[in-house]
Amino acid sequence: MQLANLILAQLINGITLGSLYALIALGYTLVYGILLMINFAHSELFMSGAFVGLGVMTLLTSSSIAQKFPVLAPAQAFFTGSNVGVFFMLMIVFLVSMLVVGIMGVIIERFAYRPLRHAPRLAPLISAVGVSLFLQNAVLLWVSAQQIPFPNPIGNGIAFTIGTVDVSVLKVIIFVTAIVLLVALDTFISHSRFGKAMRATSQDREAAGLMGIDINFSIMLAFFIGPALGAVAGIFNGMYYGSIVFNMGFLPGLKAFTAAVLGGIGNLRGAMLGGFVLGIAESLASGFISTGYKDVIAFAILILVLIFRPGGLLGESVVEKV
Amino acid sequence: MAESKAKTNTKAGTGRVTPIKIALYTLLALALIITPLIFEGYGWLFVPHIMALIGLYVMLALGLNIVVGFAGLLDLGYVAFYAIGAYAGVIVGAWAFKGAPALGPYIYFLMIPVAAAAAALTGLALGTPVLRLRGDYLAIVTLGFGEIVRIVITNNAFGITNGAAGLPAAGQFIPKPFGLDWLINNVYFNIPALGKNFIFTIDGNVYWYYMIVLLCLLTIFVVRRLDQSRLGRSWAAMREDEVAASSVGVSITAAKLWAFSLGALWGGIAGLTFANFQQFVSPESFTFMESVFIVCTIVIGGMGSIPGAIVGAIIIQGIPAFIQGMAAAGKIPGVDPSTATVIANYRFLVFGLFVVIMMAWRPQGLIPSKRRAAELKPDTAEMGDEESETLYDAQHDSGQF
Repeated sequence: MQLANLILAQLINGITLGSLYALIALGYTLVYGILLMINFAHSELFMSGAFVGLGVMTLLTSSSIAQKFPVLAPAQAFFTGSNVGVFFMLMIVFLVSMLVVGIMGVIIERFAYRPLRHAPRLAPLISAVGVSLFLQNAVLLWVSAQQIPFPNPIGNGIAFTIGTVDVSVLKVIIFVTAIVLLVALDTFISHSRFGKAMRATSQDREAAGLMGIDINFSIMLAFFIGPALGAVAGIFNGMYYGSIVFNMGFLPGLKAFTAAVLGGIGNLRGAMLGGFVLGIAESLASGFISTGYKDVIAFAILILVLIFRPGGLLGESVVEKV
Repeated sequence: MAESKAKTNTKAGTGRVTPIKIALYTLLALALIITPLIFEGYGWLFVPHIMALIGLYVMLALGLNIVVGFAGLLDLGYVAFYAIGAYAGVIVGAWAFKGAPALGPYIYFLMIPVAAAAAALTGLALGTPVLRLRGDYLAIVTLGFGEIVRIVITNNAFGITNGAAGLPAAGQFIPKPFGLDWLINNVYFNIPALGKNFIFTIDGNVYWYYMIVLLCLLTIFVVRRLDQSRLGRSWAAMREDEVAASSVGVSITAAKLWAFSLGALWGGIAGLTFANFQQFVSPESFTFMESVFIVCTIVIGGMGSIPGAIVGAIIIQGIPAFIQGMAAAGKIPGVDPSTATVIANYRFLVFGLFVVIMMAWRPQGLIPSKRRAAELKPDTAEMGDEESETLYDAQHDSGQF
């Protein structure tokens, strides 16, 4: 019974973690699907999302801000007053952060990657590393080098209890939001006009261009949606762990990338599946093997999957063209 | 594609020996020997230290160049070999030192083959399972491997790595001539003509710098020979077209395994040297970012090119460290030494921007090798597309949304 509860608790942690990984992994996979490049700066966009979110949230709720700008006081009273207010406040936080980080993604694409479309494959990778370093150190220098506490307006309420394991409201909200966003994105990509254009661009950029598809717009869209989802994950990450720091993006970014590869990079559903598999595996490993080695487990899974199934779990089998 | 390569069918590095060349190399050698002494003479004691670190980066870059530049296999976990060389040398060295303290002065030299072998074997062990992987997948697996090595060391694996706290290197070793300790800090050249109190001092850092320069020269010699060897030609054939290469008799398996283990070998030696130079080793030095910096070194310098690796190491390791060192020593007018850490952080900000601009401006690197330049910058855009698809190809049809 004890064991079953432990497994259950770790499973629930794993699903929460997996939701975050899945959201970040989508950004990697979208970009990879279209441009065949690893956007190493994505983990920093995830981090930026958390920081922008914290900024907006502070603006909407902090009393010291209200003292400086009395105009905001009534709005703040509404946002902190009731559950409905908190809901609206969070919506604004998420939407603004998604928008800002999405635009950051588009700008990065425009200036760091677009000039390199015809360059050797390594060039955009290195350029992405440069962007990543820049963003990390910009936050370190101009915001803070310390851990900053991140408020959790949702609170630590318990949604329901399975056996003896309590599941918090926050965990439920993270999971539900992730699923809703994933399904929405999947629908968007498979059914909307823009989604079709993106798929066409990813299949054959040149041919898509000849068919009258605006390739640059499709690529821009991928660079907007991916980081926007990353921003959601960033804010949730802040609420879930209670603090954010300038280099918080690195490890989740690496894991999410692992998740994307695990599921078959370039494949949206694969990225989601990979995220959940990785999150659960990691939680189980930290519960039953050792917290220190949980990252080893994640990377070991990655290596094993790639060796035995190089296309990933849902990826197509690899055919080499001569 | 074929034409563009035929045009540049030059044999690098086998030019005739001319008096001008001899003079140039002599000047270069003199500059290499004297530069650190001059800086020491003017009291810039941190410069020889930085120059030694640049030397280590040159070794690392040249080693990784075998894998990435010659064989065309993208390795994002190269720092793992650096770590394994360092730890193997330090752990085995401490054990040998305990058994035979008389070995003390020679332990560093005795450990070079140990570190090299440990790293090369690990390279082989990593290379074997990933033979089938190419392009980005290979990059990710090597990245994962690098992280695994670092995490295992941090977790004090088998109780021998001492976790995050790190290990001291056995014997406070400094590579001095004839094994004479007296030569450290006791050798002065007083040259009043260069200003009053101008004294060349030779301290431990300078000896390490000379040692590392010698190792770099050895690396350059071996890497050049490798590039022109039968194996080097099979690497070139393999990175340009694996299928075509294997159909004319190049053993892809052997070529890849040789690339991994020979590349790892230099990483191992550099790691051991780093550990002894710092007299300390800890997992902090072996992060993923370090791997990325080594890759940046060869990409910015120019892939497959030896002068490129050196220039890249100076840009990536040297300049930022130099600026930070100047700030810390109060050598920048108007900058307080206490703000040196802020400067240190700005250097990464600037470095990030620099990398982005550099890639947009010169994606093939500053001094690419002729052959690589032809591969990487073909005559037309379509050729470029074809090339970029085969060079680091992810080889699958994407579009699987």
